[in-house]
Amino acid sequence: MSKVIKVENLSKAYQLGDFGTGTISRDLERFWARMRGKEDPFLKIGEVNDRTIKGGSDVVWSLKDINFEIEQGDAVGIIGRNGAGKSTLLKILSRVTSPTTGSVKVKGRIASLLEVGTGFHPELTGRENIYLNGAILGMRKAEIKRRFDEIVDFAGVERYIDTPVKRYSSGMYVRLAFGVAAHLESEILVVDEVLAVGDAEFQKKCLGKMSDVSKGEGRTILFVSHNMESILKLCKQGIYLEKGKLFSQSAAEKVVFEYISESDLPSTNQHTEDLNKHVKLLKYALTKTNYRMSENIEFCIELLSSSINKLSGLCILIYNIYETRVAIIDLRCEELVEISKKKGHLYLEGVMKNINLIPGSYTMGLYLNSELCSGDYLNILKIQISEDLQQSAFIQYPPEVRGVAFFNHTLTIK
Amino acid sequence: MNQLAEENWDIEITPKNNLFSLGLKDVWQYRDLLVLLVRRDFVSFYKQTILGPIWFFVQPIITILIYNLVFNNLANIGTDKIPGPVFYLAGTILWNYFADCLTKTSTVFRDNAAMLGKVYFPRLIMPLSIVLSNLIRFAVQFILFVILMLVYHFNGSLIRPNIYILLFPLLIILIAALGLGLGMIISAVTTKYRDLAFVVSFGVPLLMYTTTVIYPLSAAIIKYPAYSWIIKFNPVTAIIETFRYGFLNKGSFSWELLAYSSCITVIILLTGIIIFNKVEKTFVDTV
Repeated sequence: MSKVIKVENLSKAYQLGDFGTGTISRDLERFWARMRGKEDPFLKIGEVNDRTIKGGSDVVWSLKDINFEIEQGDAVGIIGRNGAGKSTLLKILSRVTSPTTGSVKVKGRIASLLEVGTGFHPELTGRENIYLNGAILGMRKAEIKRRFDEIVDFAGVERYIDTPVKRYSSGMYVRLAFGVAAHLESEILVVDEVLAVGDAEFQKKCLGKMSDVSKGEGRTILFVSHNMESILKLCKQGIYLEKGKLFSQSAAEKVVFEYISESDLPSTNQHTEDLNKHVKLLKYALTKTNYRMSENIEFCIELLSSSINKLSGLCILIYNIYETRVAIIDLRCEELVEISKKKGHLYLEGVMKNINLIPGSYTMGLYLNSELCSGDYLNILKIQISEDLQQSAFIQYPPEVRGVAFFNHTLTIK
Repeated sequence: MNQLAEENWDIEITPKNNLFSLGLKDVWQYRDLLVLLVRRDFVSFYKQTILGPIWFFVQPIITILIYNLVFNNLANIGTDKIPGPVFYLAGTILWNYFADCLTKTSTVFRDNAAMLGKVYFPRLIMPLSIVLSNLIRFAVQFILFVILMLVYHFNGSLIRPNIYILLFPLLIILIAALGLGLGMIISAVTTKYRDLAFVVSFGVPLLMYTTTVIYPLSAAIIKYPAYSWIIKFNPVTAIIETFRYGFLNKGSFSWELLAYSSCITVIILLTGIIIFNKVEKTFVDTV
C-alpha cells in the first residue's frame, strides 16, 4: 500500500472576536515582526481551543501539531466533539483555507464534499446544475457528460431534470447534489456530515455508494460524522481529534470506542414527557449516560396523574441500536400498587445492579399499565455501555461477534 | 515500496504560495468551469423575464438619452461634432464595462464566500468569469452601438471609421485587464477590513467624470488647460479616446497616451494577480 496523504505538523490558528479598528494595530505589529523575520508574536500566545472556557488570548489553535498518514484505499472516519477541529482539518485538506504552519502532501486529485449542492444556482435547471456543480467540484465537461445518466439515475429526479432547482423539494435537491458528488472520479474523497439530510433510504444509498467507492474502486475516503454507526459501517480507520489535537489514530472500532467512552454529549439521561392528557412522566432519569459493563445503573421515575391512577404494571425496557429488546426490568411490587391506589403522584428510585450488557449504545423505554394510561413508551433515554477495563487484559471479541448480554461467571481450570 | 514513488506528491498544501506563481496552469485545467460560470451568469440574468436578453439594451439606451438631454442640450457641452447619442454611447459602453468589471471583482470574495468556503477551485476563475460575462454584455451593447452608427450614417451624418479601428481588440483587452486588476487589488484589500468597499461604491461613478465619457478631451483641454492632466492621467481616457477616434474619426488620439495606458494596465493587472493569489489562501477565515 502506498501513502496518499501525509500530514506533517499541521496547525491552524484562528483569531476570535470582531475585526475592527482594534485589530489593525496588531496586524501591523505582526506584519512588522514578519518583515524582520521574527516569529508571529500573537501565535506564541495562542491557546488550546476549548470553547467552554473564556481564555485570555483571542488567538486559538483550532488544530495543533497534527501528524498522520493515510494509505491508498482506506476509508478513514474523523470523529471528535464540536469544535475539535474536524471541519478545519477537512477545510485544509480540501484547500479551502491554508494552514498556519505545517504541510499536507497529497497524491492524486482531491474532491471535497463539505456541503451538498455548493454552487447550485436556484434559477438553473437540474441539468444545468449538474454540469455547473460537477465543474465546481473539479470534473471536466466530458467526464460529466459520460456519467450524466448515472447521476440522474442515482438521484432519481429524471422527471424534473429540466425544471429549475428552486422548484425542487429539499430532498430532491440533496439527492441531485449528492449524485453529482458521488460520481466524481477523484482518487480521494473528503466528505463532511452531509448525510444528515435526506430520508433514511437515501442515506443508506449514500453510505452504500461511499463504501463501493472505497472498497470496490480502491479510492480513499475521509469521512467526518457524529454518527458512530455510519463511521463503523464505512470506515476501517479512525482519527479522533480532541481540542485541536490528535487524540488517537487506529482501527475505526477502537477509535469510536474511545470516543464513546469519553463522551457524554449525544446521549440523554433525563426526560420529561406527557404520556397522555391525564398522566405526565415528570422525570425519568439516570445519574449519567456512560456506564462500564459491570457498573450499577441508578434510576428514578416520577409519574404524576390528574387523579388517582391505579397501577398494575411498570417496567423498564432496554433496546439495542437495532431496536431489539434486550431486557425488561419489572418494577411492580405490592407497595407501589398500594400507593398508587391512594395518590396520583409516584416517585421511585432504584438501582439496576451489575448491568452486563455488551458495549454499545442502548435506548431505554418504559412500559406502563394503569387505569388512565397504558402502553410502551420507547426511545426515552439513551445510554452508552463501554468495556469494563478492569475485566482483563485479554483481547475481547469485537462487539458484533458477541451476544447481547455478558454473564459473569467463574471458571475452575484443572 | 518504492521510496522514490512515495515522495512524488501531486499537491502540497502549505501556509504560503510562491509570490509569483500565478496558478495559470490550474486555471486552464478548470476552463470548463469558467465557461459554465459565464453561462450561468448570462442565463440567470434573464430567466423569468419576457423580454429576455433585450434588457441588456435598455440600460444604455436610457442612459444616453439622459446624457444627451442633460449634458449636450442643457449644459451645452460639445460632442466633437458627432451626433450626441453615438458619442455618449461609445463612452458609456466602454465605461460600463470597466466599471462592472471593477465593482463586481472588488466584492468577489464577499459575494461568493459561501461557495468559496466550501470547495476548492482556482480562485482566479471567479474574477475571470466576471470579466467574461460582462464581455458578453458589452458585446450586446456594442451591437447597439454599431446599429446606432449605421442609423446616423444613413441619415446623412458624417461617420467614417478609420484604420485605427483595428486597435479595437487591444482596447477591449486593456479595459478588461484594467477593471480586473483594480478589482482584484480592492478585493484583496477588503477581505479583512471593508473600508475601501465604501470608497468603491461612491468613487467609481465619480471617477467617470475624470474620463472622457460625457465630454471630448479636446473640450477639456481648451477649458481647463491646467487640470486636463488629471483626465489624461486616467488610463481609461486613452482607451475611450482611441475607440472614438477609430470608429467615429473624431477625438484626440496619440500613441504616447495609449502606450502610457497600456503600461499602467499591465502593472495594475500583475499587481492584482499577485495580491489576489496571496490573499486567496486564507480569505475564508477573515472575510
